[in-house]
Amino acid sequence: MGKVAYYPGCALEGTGGPYDKSTRALVDKLSLEMENLKDYNCCGAMEVKNVHPMLQTYLSARNLAIAAEEMGHDTVMAPCNGCYHNLKKAEYELSTSEESLETVQDLAKKADDPVYNGNVRTVHLLEWLMEELGPEGIKEKFKKNLNGVKVANYYGCMYTRPRQIFPEKDKGPGSESTYKPHFMDDLLEAAGADNQDYPLKTACCGGAHTLSDADTSTQLVLNLLQSAEDCGAEVIATECPTCHSGLEMHQVRAEKVFGIKTNVKIIYFTQLLGLALGLSPRKLGIHENISDSIDFLKQKKVI
Amino acid sequence: MPIHEKTLIDAERLKTQEHLVVDGVDVSGHWNTMITPRTLKDYDTGFEKLIQKFGGGENVHRCWQCGSCTNSCTMYAQNTNFNPRYWIYLTRLGLKDELLKDKDIIWQCVSCNRCTHICPRDVKPEGVMKALAHWLEEEGHTEKTASTKFDEIFWEQISERGRIEESSVMQSFFERTNQELKQDWLVEMVKRLIRHLPLGHLIRSAKHTVIKPKTKKWGRTGDVLKQYVREQKEAMHG
Repeated sequence: MGKVAYYPGCALEGTGGPYDKSTRALVDKLSLEMENLKDYNCCGAMEVKNVHPMLQTYLSARNLAIAAEEMGHDTVMAPCNGCYHNLKKAEYELSTSEESLETVQDLAKKADDPVYNGNVRTVHLLEWLMEELGPEGIKEKFKKNLNGVKVANYYGCMYTRPRQIFPEKDKGPGSESTYKPHFMDDLLEAAGADNQDYPLKTACCGGAHTLSDADTSTQLVLNLLQSAEDCGAEVIATECPTCHSGLEMHQVRAEKVFGIKTNVKIIYFTQLLGLALGLSPRKLGIHENISDSIDFLKQKKVI
Repeated sequence: MPIHEKTLIDAERLKTQEHLVVDGVDVSGHWNTMITPRTLKDYDTGFEKLIQKFGGGENVHRCWQCGSCTNSCTMYAQNTNFNPRYWIYLTRLGLKDELLKDKDIIWQCVSCNRCTHICPRDVKPEGVMKALAHWLEEEGHTEKTASTKFDEIFWEQISERGRIEESSVMQSFFERTNQELKQDWLVEMVKRLIRHLPLGHLIRSAKHTVIKPKTKKWGRTGDVLKQYVREQKEAMHG
C-alpha cells in the first residue's frame, strides 16, 4: 500500500480544523499510511494567483519539491480542493511549459529552496481512498451504517475544473468525471447513505469573494442549500474546507441578513465515513462544525 | 441560459415610430422598432496586446466568439450584464469605452472556471477577467476593489511567513474595507461555532491566532518572490 505525503494546507490549520481532524482519524482507522509534508507553505491560493500567476505556481512547486526531493515521496495527498487544484495546476504547467519550469527552478535556487524536478503527482483524499480501497474495500471496514441519511454530494469548482489540469479524469469507468463527479457518492453509498440526485454538485459557492462580494456569495450558497432541500437532502456532504465554511457562513448570513432560513446540515464526508467506521463524533470534530447536526444524527440513530 | 444580446444595445438607440413607411411598405406597429446605427472611431489597436501582458490574458487572441464562456458563466446567471464573450470581443477590437461601461462588475468573476473548462480554444476566459480587472485598477478606471484588498492582505502574510492565519486575514480585511466586525450575522456565526465547542479547542484556536503558523525554512523565499513580481511589473511597463 502506497504511503503518501499529507498536505493539509492553511485552511485545515484554521477554519477547516474539523476536516483535518476527521481526515487523520479516518486514515488512521483505515490503517492507511501518510506522512505530514514537512514545513509546507501556502499552496498559492487564488488570492496569490491574482497578485501574479507565477507566485501560485512557485508556491505549489515548492511543496511538491519538498515531498519529492526531501522526503522521497512520489504522491502528495491534499483533502482541500483549493490546495489540490493549485498543486495539480503547477504539475500541469510545469510539465507543459519549459519556460515556467526554468523560472521555478531559478527562483528555487535563488531562495535556497528545494528544486522541483517533476516525478511527483498530487491526489485528492477522495481519489486516494478510491485508489487504496474503493467502495468495496471500505465497506468491509464499516461497523455502523449511515441508516439512509439523505445526502446531496457537493464537490464545488476546484475539484474538477478546468479539465486541462486533470488529465486522469473523464477516462471512462473507474475514473472520476468532471461533469458528474461520483467518488464521494460511491464511498458514502457504501456507508449506507441515501444519495440524492443533486444537479448542483459542481456549482460555485462564491468562495472567491466570500467576504469581498458577500451578497453574491450568499445568493450562490442559497442556490446550493435550497436546491439540496428541494432534492430531498437532509445533509450536504462536503470535501473542501472553503466550500464547507462558505456554506456554513452564508447559511447563517442568509438567515440573519435576508431572513431566509434553510435546515439542511453541512457535514464533511470524512465525518460521515468516520461515523460509519464507529468513530465518535468528538473524534471527528462534528461538535466543531458551525452547522449543528448533533441532534439530527442522534435522531437518525447514526450516533 | 440564452444570451440576451439585446441588453447590449443602449436604450436610447432603440427607436419606435408610430407611422413608418420604408420603400413604399408600411411597417407601422410592431415591426418598426429600429436600432440607430453608430460608428465607433475610438479604438485602440494595441489593447489586445496590452491585456495579453497581464497575468491570465495571454490567450485572449485565440477567441473565436462561440459564447460558451458566457453561456456557462456563474455570474451571468446572476446578472446578464456579466458577459465574458462580449468583453473578450471588445478587448480584441480595442473598444475600451464600451468595456468601461461594465467596469464596476468585471471584478466580480468568481473564478469557478466553468468558462476555461468549456472553452474550445483554450482562451482561459477566467484569466482574461482577472487581466481586465487588473488593467481597470492600474489605469485608475476603478477604485481598488474589496477583492484586491483581500488578495493584498493574503499575499502580505504569505510573503512574510509562508502561510496564512485566517482570522487575522479576516480582521485586516474588515479594517481595510471599513467594515464593522460586530455584524449581526458574524456574531451569530461565532455563537453557533462555540455552542458545542470543547474548552480545550477554544484555547487551541486562541493560541493559533497569537502564535501564527509559519513555514520555518521560509528564509529568503518571500523576498525572492517579491523581487520577481517587481521585476515582472517593471518589464511589463517597459
